[in-house]
Amino acid sequence: MAEKKIRVLIAKPGLDGHDRGAKVICRALRDAGMEVIYTGLRRTAEEIINAAIQEDVDVVGLSILSGAHNVIFPKIMNLLKEKGAEDILVLAGGIIPDKDISKMKKIGIAEIFLPGSSTQEIIEWIEKHVEK
Amino acid sequence: MKKSEDSKKAFKSLYQHWKSERYSPSLRKLSLEKKEFSTISGKIIKELYTPLDLDEFNYLKELGFPGEYPFTRGIHPTMYRSQLWTMRQFSGFGTAEDTNTRYKYLLSHGQTGLSVAFHLPTLMGVDSDNPLAYGEIGKCGVAVDSLADMEILFQGIPLDKITTSMTINPPAAVLWAMYIAVAEKQGISPKVISGTIQNDILKEYIAQKTFIFPPRHSMKLIVDTFEYGAKEVPRWNTISISGYHIREAGSTALQELAFTLRDGIEYIEWAIERGLKVDDFAPRLSFFFNAHNDFFEEVAKFRAARKIWAEVMRERFMAKNPRSWWLRFHTQTSGVSLMAQQPYNNVIRVALQALAAVLGGTQSLHTNSLDETYGLPSEEAVTIALRSQQIIAHESGVVNTIDPLAGSYLVEKLTEEMVKEAKNYFKKIDEMGGMLKAIELGFPQKEISDSAYAYQKAVEKKEKIIVGVNAFQMEHEPIPVLHIDETVARQQLARLKEVKKTRNNFQVKSSLRDLKKAAGDEKNLMPSILKCVKTYATLGEIIDSLKEIYGEYQEPVTY
Repeated sequence: MAEKKIRVLIAKPGLDGHDRGAKVICRALRDAGMEVIYTGLRRTAEEIINAAIQEDVDVVGLSILSGAHNVIFPKIMNLLKEKGAEDILVLAGGIIPDKDISKMKKIGIAEIFLPGSSTQEIIEWIEKHVEK
Repeated sequence: MKKSEDSKKAFKSLYQHWKSERYSPSLRKLSLEKKEFSTISGKIIKELYTPLDLDEFNYLKELGFPGEYPFTRGIHPTMYRSQLWTMRQFSGFGTAEDTNTRYKYLLSHGQTGLSVAFHLPTLMGVDSDNPLAYGEIGKCGVAVDSLADMEILFQGIPLDKITTSMTINPPAAVLWAMYIAVAEKQGISPKVISGTIQNDILKEYIAQKTFIFPPRHSMKLIVDTFEYGAKEVPRWNTISISGYHIREAGSTALQELAFTLRDGIEYIEWAIERGLKVDDFAPRLSFFFNAHNDFFEEVAKFRAARKIWAEVMRERFMAKNPRSWWLRFHTQTSGVSLMAQQPYNNVIRVALQALAAVLGGTQSLHTNSLDETYGLPSEEAVTIALRSQQIIAHESGVVNTIDPLAGSYLVEKLTEEMVKEAKNYFKKIDEMGGMLKAIELGFPQKEISDSAYAYQKAVEKKEKIIVGVNAFQMEHEPIPVLHIDETVARQQLARLKEVKKTRNNFQVKSSLRDLKKAAGDEKNLMPSILKCVKTYATLGEIIDSLKEIYGEYQEPVTY
């Protein structure tokens, strides 16, 4: 019996169209043997959480470079709680100043990967933290 | 003839002798760290370039003199000896008041042109009170919803004395109309104002992904601006055909060059199809490139761009006016090359990239700020960025002579190869039926994401070294970052509400109705859009009216 594959949703909330990072992560996670679903651009909090639940993912990776994370991430995390889907691990990456990181972790974002993070770090982090 | 053949042969054997007797043995002794030397784009670079690499090189054919066809050495005969490039920092944040203050600061410190960064809702044609704008107001740029914001943005800045570049794409016609309206209110005729709207939708579908309407309607709107500009705003650059975002999305230098110029060809074909004469609008086309890390590759890219474009315009489109042959371009240093780790190192990266742009003959330049992996630039950071340009201009001596790298065996060889390989891409895209077709097939998008992924893998295998990231790492202290809080959103929403209350809403509605009718009748929309903005119709209202006629583009989701 094959081991169950880790399922990841990579999501682009906010209005920015910078999808280079998101796409590179999608490919790297796929090449590492995970099931990857990509939302495409400009998804609302509702769309992201619904997709995460429907697709029964283990991890949601949020990519945002617009500076709106302080407002959009709390909305996403609240919705996740409301829907009782707190077992899904949420990661984030993009343009996020150092001083916002602790705030983001407080609202339940498990880890933040800044520019320069390697895909290998992210893969290892996911493999370590997702319960099999 | 025989004699030159003989001397070539002799040279070749001397070169081979050097390689086998000197270079290779030393190489074995030193055991070089890298097996392969290549540019950041993955292009293999040889150990030495010599006259053998420029065997067929013909100075007049390849280079010409500055200001003369094919303009490889520069579009002006004097280049920086008579006029430095325009130092133009892309800037905008918060409300129109905040940004107006920053503009006045930059102008008082020696900046010579303005460049407006709008916030994302404006870039996407939605108003600040639209739910999509939630969290985004004033974050990535300045919030502009209506003419009222634009009036404040340029308050106290004489639009006949300064040129302004506006980075705006699908709603470019609307923001341009607002600018024209502000000028008129300052008593300045549209005939004398000058500047640029980016207005390049093809690279949006390809790379930056700020799109609203389906491609064909977007192209129609762009040709409207060409047509209107040629008659009514003759000193305005109605498009800035951009490779910058293609490169940022992960392309190689060659792909940036080839896709950008092929986009240019596409716009010209559409305008000619409309019935415009090439020499009536081509002189107002401008370009925008990225200046990335690999110094010589970048210089070669800029030089190749000028040469290819001159040839395209003269041979493919039979343009007669030499100004139509000119490739005038703005350059911005590479955003993706900036690193969050040890951020002060970014100052050095930017300086080297800026130097490449200058040695490539750019007409204007934006240098990025060291803190941009964290947020919008602080005043201190943007000052260092501007000073970097001034140091290149006034201290380095590189402006003393025109195109100083010409004749370098390496640079000329790279330039020649860039030209050749870009033409191969043109051929491929022509065979697909043009750039719009190629985009529909996902061709440039796929090329770019493949290159981005290949580069990321090379970095992770340490085939490419990034200082402070995969080598020479250390801890660093957090740096000060400009923070934009939610009071900006409150102020902006209050002003929008006020505008909607105090304007003549009957006029607004009737102007929007006229706009829809003109869109349905396939008329040039610029006059109707101008009418709308003058009634203080908001950007969102204008774009929504057009969406009713044109529909919206949905991107296929792939990675």
